[in-house]
Amino acid sequence: MAKLILSVDGTVLKEISLAKERTTLGRKPHNDIQVDNLAVSGEHAAIITILNDSFIEDLNSTNGTLVNGKPIKKHFLQNNDVIEIGKHKLKYFNDTPVQSAAADFERTMIIRKPAAAAPMVAPPSPPPLPAATPPSDTMTNMRPMAALAPLATPAAPPLAAPAAPASAPAAPVLAAAGAVREAAIQVLSGAAAGRSLDLVKNLTTVGKPGVQVAVITRRPNGFFITHVEGTSFPTINGATMGGQAQQLHDHDLIEISGVKMEFFFKP
Amino acid sequence: MALTDALQITSVSDPGRVRGHNEDCIESRPDIGVVVLADGMGGYNAGEVASGMATSLIATGFAQVWTKERIGRLSRDDAAALSQSILQEQVSIANRAIYDAAQKDPHCAGMGTTLVACVYHDNFLTVGHVGDSRLYRLRNDALEQITRDHSLLQEQIDSGLISKEDARQSQNKNLVTLAVGIDPEVEAEIHTYDVLEGDIYLLCSDGLNDMIEDDEIQMTMIALRTNLDLTAQQLVQAANDAGGRDNVSVMLVRVVKSFPAERGLWAKVKSVFA
Repeated sequence: MAKLILSVDGTVLKEISLAKERTTLGRKPHNDIQVDNLAVSGEHAAIITILNDSFIEDLNSTNGTLVNGKPIKKHFLQNNDVIEIGKHKLKYFNDTPVQSAAADFERTMIIRKPAAAAPMVAPPSPPPLPAATPPSDTMTNMRPMAALAPLATPAAPPLAAPAAPASAPAAPVLAAAGAVREAAIQVLSGAAAGRSLDLVKNLTTVGKPGVQVAVITRRPNGFFITHVEGTSFPTINGATMGGQAQQLHDHDLIEISGVKMEFFFKP
Repeated sequence: MALTDALQITSVSDPGRVRGHNEDCIESRPDIGVVVLADGMGGYNAGEVASGMATSLIATGFAQVWTKERIGRLSRDDAAALSQSILQEQVSIANRAIYDAAQKDPHCAGMGTTLVACVYHDNFLTVGHVGDSRLYRLRNDALEQITRDHSLLQEQIDSGLISKEDARQSQNKNLVTLAVGIDPEVEAEIHTYDVLEGDIYLLCSDGLNDMIEDDEIQMTMIALRTNLDLTAQQLVQAANDAGGRDNVSVMLVRVVKSFPAERGLWAKVKSVFA
């Protein structure tokens, strides 16, 4: 479950779990999170939680609501976002599952619409779980809840000044061991001799469409060339390629549809 | 015009890099222009039972009733309507079979599957889907998602709760609101579209579109369109390079030539007097 850590002047006050569909923040005591400070409006903001996603919305407060230093009206919360209300800070945590649960991450699951939306009242209401009673199994349970980042000890101020925007949680990125070395090809013969082409895209096609075409793919572990179309295959350093992808090494000489080109890593 | 000459079909299914187990299933019947893809879920790894039943029952069921005798005399509109009702019926049959199996066998309890199925005929395509497996179309170098996911995230996008950009970061991905085999009855969403020569269709499980962006899918399909097998392999490889966190399946259908129906003599006579 996602949570917030409320602090002021670097001192942690409390931790709040976002269990309800609507979590209110404000100065008045009826709020779920009461922030007792004159810079905070009676009803200042609300956090709407839909299963694993949370949004914060400013409720036309006098002094506004900031997220990572920027004033917002409505904002989709990302892991490590810092909300500011008056002088108080709330850090939002919604971590991705730990490594051991990786196999369950991305698992498709079915969610049912609740039979009737429960009216939101002060006592915490359960998150919108399926109304039907399914057999107890992994099928209709929610995805295993993320193991959350451990709470920082009160001694050390847990909230860094929001200098940079929050990082995107679990956005699929190229699983690169290290940074991919930049590379390019330089045309050595033919009409385009002397020209070079940086291999920045994941796929770069070379050759003559309808005659002979190969594709150079940019992958986490290097660059590979694969024959795409044509009755004859390109040569690498004089040797004719097979049908499989072949890894390219620094200064490899490729010849395709009569044109020679050199593959090289940029310094 | 034999469908097998007009349509080039290739497909790949891969467990990905994280799961030990492939619960996706794909099946194609090129002679009748039918392709089916299913992404199984739930029930102690019985997902593959559900997806296997879905693809096999639907492909086989279609082959039995979608015959020359039955469709030879039909106009294009009537054939389209019939394809829709047969598809709905086959989905129903598969749903019932999976649901019953899940009730009987405790290991299969709660199993279900998404589904996307296409039938090509007379220069049209009828597509039915349940869940978040998708059909895309590449036409004139532009990729378009044809099916709309039956998922919580899509409902949030539709109701304006979350923008498409924010949706990429959502933790609510992979929560489908509709699946085959979970309820005693299910209704697939079914539509018919015109098909043009040069179109390339992509059926895929979310193991593809959750790992790579639509832009990359489009670029790959355009760059490698002369080699459909390589396109399929490259899409799977790209998904795995990006993490491969789920099973990934890809089916590609390339419309090499137009495929008008061979109408029987009666239909030809009718059309003269139409």
